[in-house]
Amino acid sequence: MIRSAAGLPARAVEPVANLWFTWRYVENNLGDITTALSQHVTLTVQAVVLALVVALPLAVLAHRRPRLAGPVLGASGVLYTVPALALFAMIYPLLWDPRTTVLIGLVMYALLVLVRNVLVGLQGVDRGVVDAARGTGIGPTRLLLTVELPLAIPSIFAGLRLATVSTVALVTIGIIVGYGGLGQLLYRGFNSQYRAEIATATVLTLLVALVADLLLMALGRALTPWARGGR
Amino acid sequence: MRDDDVLGAAIRWLNDPLVWQGPGGVLARTVEHLGMAGAAVLLAAAVALPLGVWLGHQGRGGAWLIPLTNTSLALPTLALLMIFASSGLGFGNRPTIIALAVFAAPPILANAWTAVREVDRSVREAARGMGMSSARSLARVELPLALPLVAAGLRTAAVQVVASVSLAAFVGGGGLGRFLVDGFGTRRYGQVLAAAVLIALLCVLVEAVLALGQRLLTPVPLRTGRGAVARS
Repeated sequence: MIRSAAGLPARAVEPVANLWFTWRYVENNLGDITTALSQHVTLTVQAVVLALVVALPLAVLAHRRPRLAGPVLGASGVLYTVPALALFAMIYPLLWDPRTTVLIGLVMYALLVLVRNVLVGLQGVDRGVVDAARGTGIGPTRLLLTVELPLAIPSIFAGLRLATVSTVALVTIGIIVGYGGLGQLLYRGFNSQYRAEIATATVLTLLVALVADLLLMALGRALTPWARGGR
Repeated sequence: MRDDDVLGAAIRWLNDPLVWQGPGGVLARTVEHLGMAGAAVLLAAAVALPLGVWLGHQGRGGAWLIPLTNTSLALPTLALLMIFASSGLGFGNRPTIIALAVFAAPPILANAWTAVREVDRSVREAARGMGMSSARSLARVELPLALPLVAAGLRTAAVQVVASVSLAAFVGGGGLGRFLVDGFGTRRYGQVLAAAVLIALLCVLVEAVLALGQRLLTPVPLRTGRGAVARS
């Protein structure tokens, strides 16, 4: 056996294959992976929930005042063409906080999708149903809460799913301010040319999107028992 | 260093002629940015347009296109970019163009398929009844009617690609994203802010130009109000 100067056996040099996936990477980096994953999930959930909270009243307003609908959708369309990277880069020098920067950016994009879908859902409610409900003597608030919004649930959930899936993908752009969830692993893996890290982060991002999408689909179905048998 | 006067620094940056000139200047980077975006869209269209039109003309066997388009939303552009850049395609502009072409293909494909498929059956049958061959009906009747929606798909893809080219800078590529990534790296937040505004303006401008182009491509009788074609 070859001995090195210190008298220890020379380390067997394995040819280092730069594999796209190894369990060893996952085992050795479990802490980092968990941190990145929880950062990713937390950001996504917060962004979508906040966006929904803002989108609902905006869409209701645009629905009640149809003259506002055009400008609201037009402005959101223009904003949607601005890349996330540029948006994050514009917000950061105003706030100097990576987390808030990414969160606000994500909320803005999710908001655009949600306002559009909630509005479409509200506008799609059968006029006959609305008239029948009015005929029973309920006020506009109860009409909204007990008739219009429940009937708009399929469209709202279609929007929620779209917004959530795109938010999961957009979180990775947060690496520009150093707060990109699983994107941080992607970037670190890229910079050290560690393929297993890049691939693991990619697969986890896809899994987060898939799980979120399935959960929302199930929730949407549970909330619309009358629509069983449809989509 | 936190420059408290980021806005001032941004304006100073924009007013510096040296920033605009030369091989790494704003003008050269803009040309590079649009060139990369154009290459990616052309590459995607060369594959997706014929395939989408053919599948739509066949009338069957394209049902997987819409789920494919939706799934492509879930894959972060950045992830594919870094995978390509780490797998022997080289760093920089080439893997970026290929990755962005992959993302541009689904909307082009799905819109081309929908457009040709949704051409009124009776119109198609009338064309065949007049003695047109299948290929002639496609070229003279179906394609002109499908053009607005096909153009909408191209426009969606192009706007998305122009926005995403900014990410090339993360894998050592060029384009306007360079100023953002370098600005963050050197903590020149004035440059970051100014470049972000430039990128945003470029994207809005491209969207406007393409919207106009799409309108001009649409035969006059098919034109409705504004931007009637579904984009999402």
